[in-house]
Amino acid sequence: MVSEYHLSTPLTDDVLKKLKIGDIVYISGIMVTARDEAHETALELLEKGEKLPIDLKGLVLYHCGPVAIKKDNKWQIVAAGPTTSMRMESVEHEFIEKTGIKMVVGKGGMGKKTAEAMKKFNAVYAVFTGGAGALAAEKIKEVKDVYWLDKLGVPEAMWVFRVEEFGPLIITIDTEGNNYYEIRLNEVAQNGEKVKEALKQYKWT
Amino acid sequence: MGITEESLVGIFYEMIKTASTSIPVDVYDGLKKAYEKETNQGARKQLEAILQDIEIACNKKVPICQDTGTPYFFIEMGEDFPIRAKIYKAASEALRKVTKDGYLRPNAVDPFYKKNSGDNTGRYIPWMHLDIVEGDNLKVWFMTKGGGSEFPSTLIMSEPIEGFDKLKRGVIDTIVKFGPLPCPPLIVGISIAAGGDIAMTLAKKSLLRPIGERNPDPNLAKMELDLLNEINKLELGPHGFGGQLTALDVKVDYAYRHPASFAIGIVTSCWATRRASAIIRSDGSWEMTSKHLLYNGTGCTIVR
Repeated sequence: MVSEYHLSTPLTDDVLKKLKIGDIVYISGIMVTARDEAHETALELLEKGEKLPIDLKGLVLYHCGPVAIKKDNKWQIVAAGPTTSMRMESVEHEFIEKTGIKMVVGKGGMGKKTAEAMKKFNAVYAVFTGGAGALAAEKIKEVKDVYWLDKLGVPEAMWVFRVEEFGPLIITIDTEGNNYYEIRLNEVAQNGEKVKEALKQYKWT
Repeated sequence: MGITEESLVGIFYEMIKTASTSIPVDVYDGLKKAYEKETNQGARKQLEAILQDIEIACNKKVPICQDTGTPYFFIEMGEDFPIRAKIYKAASEALRKVTKDGYLRPNAVDPFYKKNSGDNTGRYIPWMHLDIVEGDNLKVWFMTKGGGSEFPSTLIMSEPIEGFDKLKRGVIDTIVKFGPLPCPPLIVGISIAAGGDIAMTLAKKSLLRPIGERNPDPNLAKMELDLLNEINKLELGPHGFGGQLTALDVKVDYAYRHPASFAIGIVTSCWATRRASAIIRSDGSWEMTSKHLLYNGTGCTIVR
C-alpha cells in the first residue's frame, strides 16, 4: 500500500525508516543542489579536511542544474527539473557517508553502491518527475545561497533552495536498501521478451 | 515588401521561444488522454505532474524543461526564396537572442576544450538539414532535443535477410535497456536506409510529424501502429512507473537501401517533445503551421 508523506527538513531517522519504495513524499525546507562537478568539489574539500560552506546533515540533496536569472540582484529559478542520477553513482555513497545527507532526489534511479550506503546510513532516494522543470521552479520559494558559482557556472554550482511542498517525490530506494527500479525494470525486461515473441508474426512487406 | 534577414531572425526567435515554452497540442492531447484513462496510480501521478508542468510553463512563458536541448532546424527551401546562405546566420542570431532572454539554457559545449559557448551556437550548432525544393517559400521545422532523450539513439547495420527481425528486436531492446532515462512516454522514430547516417537522419526527422499522423503508405502505417501497440505492452510507462503509456507514437520512414545493406536507425523523443514549424513566404508574410498551448486563465487552449 502506497502512503503519502509531507515532511520538513531536517529529516530524522524515525521518519526516514517509515518510508517504503513507492511512497509519495512532499518536502518543505532546505534542498541543496549538486551534480557532477559540485560532488567532486565537495568531496575534494572534505578530503583535505576542510568544511563545506553549508552543513548538509539531515538535508535533501537534489541532482539538478537549474535555469536561473538574476533580477534586482536576487536570483530567480525559472526551471529546475532533475538530472540523471546515475552519473553520480560512483561517488554518491561517499557523499552520503561524509555529509550526512538524508534524502537524494533526482531522476532515473541509482545503483547498488548507493542503495548499500542508504541502508548503512539510513537515507533514501526519490525521483522527481523528469522534465518537469517549470513545476519544480513553482515549489522553490527562495534561493538562500549559491556556492562555487564563479568556478562551476549556473548549472553545476551548489544552490541552496527553500522549498514548499516540493513533489511529488516517489521513493525508489528506502533505508533497507530496496531498489524499486531494479525490480520494475526486471518486469519490463520480462515483458520485453514476450513482446519480441509477439512481434515475430507481424509482416509489413 | 520582401522578406529581410532581420525579420527572419524575428520569426526564428518566435519559433524557438514557442517550442521551448508551449508544448505542441498533439503532444498535450496524447498525454492528457492517457492520463484520463490510466488506472495505474504511479503512472497517473507522473502524468499529473507532467500536465501541471506543461500548464505552468505555457502560462508563465518559461521553459517546459530545464534541459532546453540541442537546436535542430529542418528546412525545405524553395529555390526562389530570396534569402539562402544567410539562413544559417539568422538561425544562429535568433538562438543567441532567445538564450539571452532566458528561454534556453546554454547547452553547446566544445568537446575538446570543454568550453560552453554560452549562447547555444558553435561548430555545426544549430544543426541544420536543408532540402532545396521548387517554389519561393521557406518551410522550417525547429526541434530542440534534450540530452537524456539522445541516449537511446541506436544504429543497427543488418544483413538484408534479417533486416525486419533485427528491427523488431532492436526497437524493443533499446526501449527496455534505457528504461526511465530518456523520460518516457516517448515518441519513437525508426528508419531503414542504405547508410547509417541516412537512417539516423530520417529517424530523427520522422519525430517532426504530429502524434496520430500516419505514414501515407498503408504498410508503413500498419507497422507504426503494430509497433506502438506492442511497445505499450512493455508497461514501462511514464518515467518507468508502469501503466499503459510507454510510447505516445511510433514514426517510420525509409530511403532505398543498398542491395547488401539494411541500416536501421532508432531514435526517441522524451515526453517534452518540443518542436515548432512555420511557412515563410518571399513577401515576408509567415505563419506558424504547428499548434501550441497558451494558458488563458481557464485552462490551456489552442492559440495557433
